[in-house]
Amino acid sequence: MSFYDIYQEAKNIDFEQHWQSVTDNDILRILTKERLDAADYLTLLSPRAADFLEPMAQRAHRLTVQHFGHTMLLYTPMYLANHCANHCLYCSFSALNKLKRKKLSLAQVEEEAKAIAATGLKHILILTGESPAHSPVSYIADCVGVLKKYFDSISIEVYPLSTEEYAQLVAVGVDGLTIYQEVYDEEMYKHLHPRGPKRDYRYRLDAPERGCKAKMRTVNVGALLGLEDWRKEAFFTGLHADYLQNKYLDTEIGISVPRIRPNVGGFSPKVDVTDRHLVQIILAYRLFMPRAGIAVSTRERAELRNHLIKLGVTKMSAGVTTEVGGHSEKDSAEGTGQFEISDNRGVDEIKQMLLSQGYQPVFKDWQCIDGEMPGESV
Amino acid sequence: MPNNDKLIIGGQEIGNRFFTGTGKHASNAIIPQIVEHSGIEVITVALRRVDLSSPQENILNYIPKQVKLLPNTSGARNAQEAVRIARLARATGCGNWIKIEVISDNKYLLPDNYETVKATEILAKEGFVVLPYVSPDLMVAKALVDAGAAAVMPLGAPIGTNKGLQTKELIRILIDEIKLPIIVDAGIGRPSEAAEAMEMGAAAVLANTAVATAKDPVLMARAFCQAVEAGRKAYLAGLGPTRDVADASSPLTGFLD
Ligand code: SF4
Repeated sequence: MSFYDIYQEAKNIDFEQHWQSVTDNDILRILTKERLDAADYLTLLSPRAADFLEPMAQRAHRLTVQHFGHTMLLYTPMYLANHCANHCLYCSFSALNKLKRKKLSLAQVEEEAKAIAATGLKHILILTGESPAHSPVSYIADCVGVLKKYFDSISIEVYPLSTEEYAQLVAVGVDGLTIYQEVYDEEMYKHLHPRGPKRDYRYRLDAPERGCKAKMRTVNVGALLGLEDWRKEAFFTGLHADYLQNKYLDTEIGISVPRIRPNVGGFSPKVDVTDRHLVQIILAYRLFMPRAGIAVSTRERAELRNHLIKLGVTKMSAGVTTEVGGHSEKDSAEGTGQFEISDNRGVDEIKQMLLSQGYQPVFKDWQCIDGEMPGESV
Repeated sequence: MPNNDKLIIGGQEIGNRFFTGTGKHASNAIIPQIVEHSGIEVITVALRRVDLSSPQENILNYIPKQVKLLPNTSGARNAQEAVRIARLARATGCGNWIKIEVISDNKYLLPDNYETVKATEILAKEGFVVLPYVSPDLMVAKALVDAGAAAVMPLGAPIGTNKGLQTKELIRILIDEIKLPIIVDAGIGRPSEAAEAMEMGAAAVLANTAVATAKDPVLMARAFCQAVEAGRKAYLAGLGPTRDVADASSPLTGFLD
């Protein structure tokens, strides 16, 4: 059994019929329930629930404060390489696009690490394009070896790996995995990924579960919002997170809610996911999974991010560049980015903004404790 | 209350039986204020949040010197991780007290009693003063005594729920049967619930969420300290027996005398 079986069943739900049958009372009743099931979650994603964003927000805020306090974990992505073997229609890194290709040497990785560490951040997310040839697991592991000197927690957002490969990276100090399905709708998935290894829907879909099996501490899933009907995509994402959390209790499951951004290929989204829609997704998800992490990246504009803090978000990126080497060599790296970001604020600015809202910016929330310690006897 | 009513853990006297945490505050800067206004003597800190390399972000810098630091192993998913975190805490200069927190369930955040016993055994042998956080279970508590724990910290309700003393009967059994201090940890949402735990004979109460998420955390910490003190006094005074019905005004069996 894998999430694929659940997806196979869920995709046959008559979504339209369910949403049309939702009444105000259904929503009010759900808002008083202690534990929500998948059907409740689906109801909260309905068009009718859009009229209840304020009471949903009040509840989401209370739950988030209860479980996470007034804190926000800060992290930043570091792009190691932008070589990619895939043809995703929506991404600048697509093999079809003319783009300056680049991969950091270990010395350059160290320069990047120094530049990021100087901002005080302790959690980092490393990314590569999906090219096992250019960025093999051994290369990622070598980079982790360098980064470990500077950061307490290292997550990866790379092409899907086997359980053994994930375990290999866990062994060298990786503790988090982020991998987006991009689009859960299998037909649309095939359409958007015409060529390259990423075309294998199932291998990608099962990647988060392989990460759990390999003992990643945190696993983040997500759909790239805008590629398909967002209500369904958000529903499948929530189901996926719930499936993983129930099966792998010792892994912290979280979701991300990336909306598609301008990119070199000039792809424009099929579906318009407005700010209100994004808010509804975040709120529904928080009510469905009160203890799960929710990450919001700098794809979103500063003003919106400021408001999202009180709605359930627990992790934010700060001081972001999507350019390879963008933290340490500001001039030379331009034009290698994956997409345009919307919130250009540096770590200090984000920190001040959080403090002004009565939130504590958390720079360190885990410390990699791999490796033998003297006297190890467990 | 006798002035000498002190709690002794690991050979150290503790006057204030309300303990709190640091995890959920809007700013670390509030911690010294809480200590100043409530006289709290023990504060737990998640080692995973301690950042020694950055003076402004290092939470330890906010904890006044007179306070006893109780580092915890929050984030540990098994005994091995808890042991490593504990050793790291000691190497970091956090002293030799350690609250074992092993949680391998991210859905309800319930402690893993089995792994907790294992970690306690190892760390007690290494000279740590071990305070394990557990689901209240008599056999587990006995195993913790054998393993060398310095106290047992049963949950009143799952972490962060503020649901109060849901496990009351089980905690009562631990208080009756276990000779170590029983410190109710997690789930306590109101000072009145803390007082109730103390009236039952708990040695101390730890609450973090209830303080950190209050509108005025400093005032709430004081309220908890006072409630814990009141509960302790009531326990020492010996609560009168409870009755199901009022005394009949004229005894029904008086004629037998
Ligand atoms: S989304 Fe990933 S796999 Fe697709 S083109 Fe971009 S980098 Fe390559």
